[in-house]
Amino acid sequence: MTDVETPVDDVAEAPVAKPGKPIAWPLGLVGVALVIVGSFLSWSYDGSILNDLSINFYPGGLQILAIIVAVLSLVLLLAERGPLTKLGTWLDATLGLRAFGVGLTLYMALVIVAISVESDGLINVNPGAYVTLVGAALIAVSAYLLPLHQLRDMSHARLPDWLEIFLISAMMAVVLFLAAYALGLGDAWSFILCLVFVATGATGLFRTGAMTFMSHAGQRHRKVLTLAAFAAAFLFPFTQNGSDANMSIAGSVLVFSATAMGLNIVVGLAGLLDLGYIAFLGSGAYVAATLSTSAFATINWKPPFLLVMLIGAGVAALLGLIIGSPTLRVSGDYLAIVTLGFGEIFRFSMFNLDGNNGPNLTNGPNGIPGIPDLELFGFNFGDAHTVAGIELGRFSNYYFLLLLLLGFVILTFARLNNSRIGRGWVAIREDEKAAEAMGVNVFGLKLLAFAVGAFLAGLAGTIKAHQDGAVSPDQFIFLESAFLLAAIVLGGMGTIAGVLLGATILKLLPEKLRFFSEYRLFLFGILLVLMMRFRPEGLVASKRRQLEFHEEDEALAVEVEEERLAVEEAK
Amino acid sequence: MTVTDTQNTAERSIGAPVLEASGVTMRFGGLLAVNDVDLTVREGEIVGLIGPNGAGKTTFFNCLTGLYKPTSGQVRFSGTPLPPKPRAVVRAGMARTFQNIRLFANMTALENVMVGRYCRTSSGALTSVLHGPKFRREEAASRARAQELLDFVGLGRFTEHLARNMPYGDQRRLEIARALATDPKLILLDEPTAGMNPQETRQASDLIFKIRDSGLSVVVIEHDMRFIFNLCDRVLCLVRGEALIEGTPDEVQSDPRVIEAYIGTGEDEEDDVPGGEV
Repeated sequence: MTDVETPVDDVAEAPVAKPGKPIAWPLGLVGVALVIVGSFLSWSYDGSILNDLSINFYPGGLQILAIIVAVLSLVLLLAERGPLTKLGTWLDATLGLRAFGVGLTLYMALVIVAISVESDGLINVNPGAYVTLVGAALIAVSAYLLPLHQLRDMSHARLPDWLEIFLISAMMAVVLFLAAYALGLGDAWSFILCLVFVATGATGLFRTGAMTFMSHAGQRHRKVLTLAAFAAAFLFPFTQNGSDANMSIAGSVLVFSATAMGLNIVVGLAGLLDLGYIAFLGSGAYVAATLSTSAFATINWKPPFLLVMLIGAGVAALLGLIIGSPTLRVSGDYLAIVTLGFGEIFRFSMFNLDGNNGPNLTNGPNGIPGIPDLELFGFNFGDAHTVAGIELGRFSNYYFLLLLLLGFVILTFARLNNSRIGRGWVAIREDEKAAEAMGVNVFGLKLLAFAVGAFLAGLAGTIKAHQDGAVSPDQFIFLESAFLLAAIVLGGMGTIAGVLLGATILKLLPEKLRFFSEYRLFLFGILLVLMMRFRPEGLVASKRRQLEFHEEDEALAVEVEEERLAVEEAK
Repeated sequence: MTVTDTQNTAERSIGAPVLEASGVTMRFGGLLAVNDVDLTVREGEIVGLIGPNGAGKTTFFNCLTGLYKPTSGQVRFSGTPLPPKPRAVVRAGMARTFQNIRLFANMTALENVMVGRYCRTSSGALTSVLHGPKFRREEAASRARAQELLDFVGLGRFTEHLARNMPYGDQRRLEIARALATDPKLILLDEPTAGMNPQETRQASDLIFKIRDSGLSVVVIEHDMRFIFNLCDRVLCLVRGEALIEGTPDEVQSDPRVIEAYIGTGEDEEDDVPGGEV
C-alpha cells in the first residue's frame, strides 16, 4: 500500500485557488451533524437484517461506519476553517471532503436499497436513514462549493520519527481491524456496504494527500512497515475467536498470494507470459499427496514433511525447466499459448495416470482424498489449541505456516529483484536483443525465472494439499491460472504490495459474495477492462510502470526522480 | 575542431591486432549484404567504417558481435576464433552500442550500466537470496564500477534518472557507459553522433579519444565525414557490401571512388555528401 500515489489527474486539475461560496462551510457542518444524529436514530423497522439497525441511540455496526466518515469529514472541515487550519495547509480538505461526501451518499443510498430489498419495501426504512442520507448529501454539496487550494507538497512533509512509526503501526492496526470486521460480516449486503465504506475512506485519504505522506513515511521506515504488516497478519487469527470459516478463506488467500508472487517473478520481472502456472502449484500438491500417509496415496515411501516440501518444490522446478527449455525459444503470444497448453497437459496427465492408461499415481479423476493433517516437530496441525485465552483451530495453524511461507516467498522475490539476476530479468523484459548484446545470459535467466517461480509455487502446493485434505485434477483448471494472472495485473505487475492486494481481492470477493457466483467471471471481466482503461499500471503501481503508462506527465517524472534521489541520500 | 589529435597517432605505439575479421560474408536469401570484407583492428587504434546508406555497415557490425552468424568468413579476437554468440563475444571483450539507441528505458542510468556488469559477475540465485558475502562484495563492486563509468562519460549526476527521461545526447553516452561496463578491449560504436548538434558531436569525439587513451580500441560507424576523418587512425569504406578502400583518412578522403560512391551515380541519398552532414 505504500507505493500508491494520489491519482495523477488530480495533481493536474489542482487548480489555482477558486473562491468558494460563503455558505459552503456551515452547510458542511450541518451535514456532519445530521449524519451523526441520523446514525444514532433507527434506520430500519426490521431488526433482523443488517445486524440490527432498528434501535434508537444504540448505533449498529453500519451506523458506526457512517459516524466514522462523518467524524473524518468534521476533521477536514475544521482543517479548512477552524482550529486545525495548520493541518489544512498540507491536507487537501476540499478534495477529501468531496470523496467522503459522495461516498457516504452512495453508502446511504445503498443502505436504503438494502433495507427495502431485504425486508419488503421502502416502508421498512426508518427516518434515521433518511436524515443520514440528507446529511451525507449536504456534505457532498458543501464540498463542491468549497474553494480549491494550492497546497504544499505532501511528499516533503515530515513528522518526528516516533510519530511516523506510530502512524504506520496504527495504519496496520486499522487494516487488521477492518479485515477482521469485514470477514466477520455474515450477510452479503453488510459486506458490500463495508466495501463501499473502505473505498470511501481510502479514496478520501488519497485525495487529501494523507496517503502520499504515509507512503513516504513508509519508505523512510521500511523495516517498521514490513514488521507492522507481518504483525498485523500474524495477529489476524486472534481476532477470529476460534472460528474456522474465515480462517479457511484466509488460508486459501495466502496460498493464492504466495503462488501469485511466484508468478510475479515470471510475468512481472522477466516479462514472460505464463498461462499454465497453476500446474506448478498442482505438481507440488500432488507430490505432497502421493507421499502423504493418506490411505489413497500411491507411493509407499513416507518421508518427513520438510523433505516432501523440497521434493514437491523440486519436482515443480524441474517441470518448469522441462517446459521452459523448448518453449522459451518462442516469445510473447506464442509463449502464452504453449504454456496454456502445458497447463492443460498437466491436468489431463493427472486425470489419466489412474492405472488404466499407465501407472496409477493419481487415482485419476477421483484424486487423492483423506490427506492427513501435517505433523511437524511433534505438533499436529489438526489440533486446536488455546493461546492467551483464544482458541486457535486447525485452519489457524495452517495460516501461521502459510504466513511463514509467504514471508519466505516475498523475501525471495524482493532480494532477487534487487540483484544482478533481477536486473537481468528486467533488462530482458525491456529489450531482449540489447540485453543479449550486453552479455546477459538471456536463455539461462528465462529458464531461471521459470524454475524459481515454479519452485515457489510448488512449495505452496505441498502445504495446500494438507490444508485442503484432498487433491484432484479439477482444482487446477485453466481458470485458476487466469485468476493468478488477473491478480498480478489488477494489483500491479512487479510489485509486492500490489500483487498481495490483487490476490486478496480476487480470492476474497468470490468467497464473501457467494450469491454473485454466477456472475463472478462476468464481473471480473468488467473489472479488468475498467482497470485497463483507467489504471493500466494496476492498483499499486511501481513508479516505473506508472511512468510507462502516463508518459506525458512531467510532474510525475520529476517527482519520481526526486524521490529516488531522496532515497539515495538517506542511504 | 582541429587535427591535433590525429597528428599524434604516429607517435603512439599501435599494438598487436585485437580483432581480425577475414572474408566475412553475410547473405540474406538472394541479397548479398556483406561480401568478403576483411578488417583488422589493433590495440589502441580508432578505425572508422563509412559508406552510403545500405552499404552493409551495421550488418557487418552484427556479424562481428555475434548477433548474425556470418554465411562465411572468420572473426578472430586476440588470436582466438570467436563463436557467433553475443554472450561469448562480450565475454571475450568486445562491446557495442546501437544505431537506434537501445537502452533499458524503464531502468535508471545506474541500473543500465550495472546490467553491463552482468557478464563480469557470477553471483547465483542462492547467494542473492541469502545476501551471502560473495553477493555483497560483487554488488558493491558493480555499483562502484557503474558509478565510476557514469562519471567517466559525464553522467555522474544522473545516476538515478530513468533512462527514458534523459536527453538524447545523454542516452548515447549512457549506452557507451553500459558497453564499457562489460570491460571490453574493443568497443564498436554504431553512429554515436547521429542526430547530434556540432557541440555534442565534439563532446562525443572527445569521449572517444578518452576511451582510446584508456587503452581500448574503437571501431566507429559514422556518416559525418568531418567527424570520422578527424577521429580515426584508419578508415574502411564499404559500398554495396564490399570493401572499397581501406587506408588513412587522407587516402580515403582523396580517393575518387569514395567521392563517386557518395555523390557520383546519384542513386544514393544526397545527404551523404562528405563532410556535409550534421
